[in-house]
Amino acid sequence: MRKGSNVQKVPKPTKASSKKKDEEEGVDTGDGWDEWSHGKALTKPADQLELTEAELKEEITRILTANNPHAPQNIVRYSFKERSYKPTSVVDQMAVHFVLEGSLLHQDSDEARRLRAKEEDGGEVEEAGEEDRPDSVASKTDKKEPKLTNQFNFSERASQTLNNPLRERSCQTEPPPRSIFSATANQWEIYDVYVEELQKQEKNKEKQKAIPSKKDNEKSKKKMMLMETQGDDFTKVGKASKIFERMVNQNTFDDIAQDFKYFEDASDEFRDQEGTLLPLWKFQYDKAKRLSVTALCWNNKYQDLFAVGMGSYDFSKQGRGMLVFYSLKNSAFPEYIYPTNSGVLCLHIHEQHSHLIAVGFYDGCVAVYNLKEEGLEPVYKSTAKTGKHTDPVWQVRLENKTEMMGPHRMCLVPATPLLHNCFVSICTIKCKFNGMLDASCPQLVVQRLTFHKQIDYLFLVGTEEGKIHKCSKTYSSQFLETYNAHSMAVDAVKWNPFHPKVFISCSSDWTVKIWDHTINTPMFTFDLNAAVGDVSWSPYSSTVFAAVTTDGTVHVFDLNINKYEAICQQSVVAKKKTKLTHIEFNPIYPIIIVGDDRGYVTSLKLSPNLRKKPKAKKGQELPKGPEVEIAKMEKLLSLLREPEQNAV
Amino acid sequence: MAEVEETLKRIEAHKGVIGTIVVNAEGIPIRTNLDNSTAVQYAGLLRHLTMLARSTVRDIDPQNDLIVLRIRTKKYEIMVAPENGFLLIVIQNPCE
Repeated sequence: MRKGSNVQKVPKPTKASSKKKDEEEGVDTGDGWDEWSHGKALTKPADQLELTEAELKEEITRILTANNPHAPQNIVRYSFKERSYKPTSVVDQMAVHFVLEGSLLHQDSDEARRLRAKEEDGGEVEEAGEEDRPDSVASKTDKKEPKLTNQFNFSERASQTLNNPLRERSCQTEPPPRSIFSATANQWEIYDVYVEELQKQEKNKEKQKAIPSKKDNEKSKKKMMLMETQGDDFTKVGKASKIFERMVNQNTFDDIAQDFKYFEDASDEFRDQEGTLLPLWKFQYDKAKRLSVTALCWNNKYQDLFAVGMGSYDFSKQGRGMLVFYSLKNSAFPEYIYPTNSGVLCLHIHEQHSHLIAVGFYDGCVAVYNLKEEGLEPVYKSTAKTGKHTDPVWQVRLENKTEMMGPHRMCLVPATPLLHNCFVSICTIKCKFNGMLDASCPQLVVQRLTFHKQIDYLFLVGTEEGKIHKCSKTYSSQFLETYNAHSMAVDAVKWNPFHPKVFISCSSDWTVKIWDHTINTPMFTFDLNAAVGDVSWSPYSSTVFAAVTTDGTVHVFDLNINKYEAICQQSVVAKKKTKLTHIEFNPIYPIIIVGDDRGYVTSLKLSPNLRKKPKAKKGQELPKGPEVEIAKMEKLLSLLREPEQNAV
Repeated sequence: MAEVEETLKRIEAHKGVIGTIVVNAEGIPIRTNLDNSTAVQYAGLLRHLTMLARSTVRDIDPQNDLIVLRIRTKKYEIMVAPENGFLLIVIQNPCE
C-alpha cells in the first residue's frame, strides 16, 4: 500500500527501496509546521499510522515480482463440470501501460497494395511533373483507375454555397430627341402636290428636248440658287406691298373711291340739262412739280392706267422731263416713272400692245418705252444717226397693223415740215425710216396731226399759222384741202370717233371749231373767252366734247342738247393762275383727266347730264352702237347744211 | 429690293397708317415700325388666322388663293397678305 504523499525531496530512485524509505518517507513527511524552519525536515501526514519504534524497526521483506499489482488474485469461476466455483489459479498479469496504434500495413495486404500503387503514381508524377505538365495530365488520366462507386457506402454529400446577393444593373440611354409633327391633308394640299408633279414632269420633258442648252440651264439654275439663298428678302413681299399701298390709299380716299364708282349727282335732274364735274383724285409727283403736263393718254387695256408726259411749254427754258404713269387705284404715287433728258412733248400708247409707248421730245428725239422691261431707258431712241429731228416733235402716234408680227408704223410730226413714216418692229424694236413725206410748203410748221380712224391714208395737219391741211399718205406732195381754221396756232385737231366726216379743232385764238371735212367752213364755232389748250371728243357719244382753257376751266359741250353753249363750265383748279393744258376722256369710266402747267393731273367725274344717251321712244328699243351716234351727228349736220343751202 | 423698301416707307408715311410688319417664314418680324412685343404678338396671332383663311379659300376651290385678308375693327383696320411664305401686315386707322 502506497499512500499518496507529497515528496519534497529527491524523487525515489527505485522500487528496491526498503522500508526505510517508507519511514523516511513518513518521517520526511512529518511535521508540517516545521517546514519553514527546517527545509529538510520530515513532514508527517495527519493520518499516518503511528507505530512504535519496535514496530518501526521490524523488517518486512518485500519481494519484487512481475505480477501485476492490479491484477485480481482471486478470480473464481464457475465450472460446470464440478458444479462449483473454483478459483482460477492463473490470472493474466499483463498490464498495459501504453497503446499507440500504428499506421503500418502489411505489405501484402490489399490496402497496402493499393497504397503502393498510389504512391508509385504520385512518385512518378512528381518526378516527371516538372518537365511537361500537359503530358503529365494526360498520363494521369490514362493511368487513372476507373472510379469505383461504392454501392453500399455511397453517400451523397451536398453543401450549399452562399448565394451571391443579386444586384441589378441597368443602363438607360438618352431618349432620342422628339419633335411633334403635324400636318393636314386638305384638298388643296393634294392639288398642290399634283401640280408640282406635273411641273416636274414637264421640266423633265423639256430637259430631254433641249440637251445642247443644258449648260445655260445650269448657269441659270446656279443664279437662281444664289438668289434664293439670300435669306430674309423683302422682295418676296413685293406684290403684296403694292397691293397694300393701294389698299391704304383706298382706305384714306375711301369716299373718293365710292364717289367714283357710285355717285351720281341727283341734282342734275333739277339743273335743266346742265351738268357738273365732280372732282375726284388729284395726282402729283414730288419730283415733277416744276414741270407742266404736256401729254396725257389713257391705256386701252388697263383702263385705270394713264400716262402723263411732263415737260415745259416755255420754249426759252427747257430742262428735263418725265414720263409718269398713274393708276386710279393709287393716287399717291406713280406706278412707273421714267425721267428723261429733255421735256416730253407728246406721247401715245399703242392700242393693242399697251406696254409700248412712243414719246416725242423737245430736242427732236423719239423714243419707244416698253413697260414690261425693267430699267429706265427706252428700248428705242432715235439718235442723230437714225434721223433724229432737229426740231421738237409735236405728235407721235403708234398705229396698229393687221398682222401682229409685222412692222408697226409710228408717225412723227416734227415742227419742220417733214413727216416720217417709221417702221417699228415689235420683235426687235428697231426703227427704220421708210419713206419721207415731204410737205412742200416751206413755211409750214406742223403742230398737230391726226389720222382718220377708218380711212387709213387720210390725215389732218394743224399748223402754227392756224391753217388745217387735209392730206393723204399717197399724195406726198400736195394737200388735198386746206382750211383757214384759226388766226393763231392750232393746238389740237381731232377726228370724231364716230362720224367719219367730222373733226374738231381748237386754237389759242379762243375758239373751238367743228368741221365737216367736205365743207370748207366750220359747222360750229365756240368762243371760250380764253385760249383753248386742248379739246377732246368723248368716247361714248358723237356729240359730246370737252375743252380746257388757260383760265382753268373745263367746258363740256353736248351738241345734241345745246348747240351754242357749253352744258358745263367749271373751274377745276385751286389757283387761278394755273393753265390747263390737256384733257382726256377715259374710254370706259365716266371720268376725265385734266393736266395743268403745274404738274398736277386732276380727275373729274362727269355728272349724268353730261353723259346723256338718246331717250328711247315708248315701245322702241334703245338703239345702240356707233351707227346711232353717226346718225345723231348727221342729223345735226343736216340741220346746219340746210339753212346754209337755203341761205346760199 | 429698293423698290419694295420705298413702297413700304410710303405706306408707313401714309395718313392714318399705324404700323407695318413684315414677318418671315419662321414667324419672326423682320421689319416693323412698331415696338417688338406688339409686332411679335401680331405676327403670332395673325399667322394662324391667315393660314386658316387661306385654307378655307383653297378648300372651296384649290385653284384659288388668298391675296389679302382685311379685318375691319372698331378702332382700325388690319390688313394681312401672305406671300411666298412671308406675311405682310398693315394697320391703318382710316377715319383720321
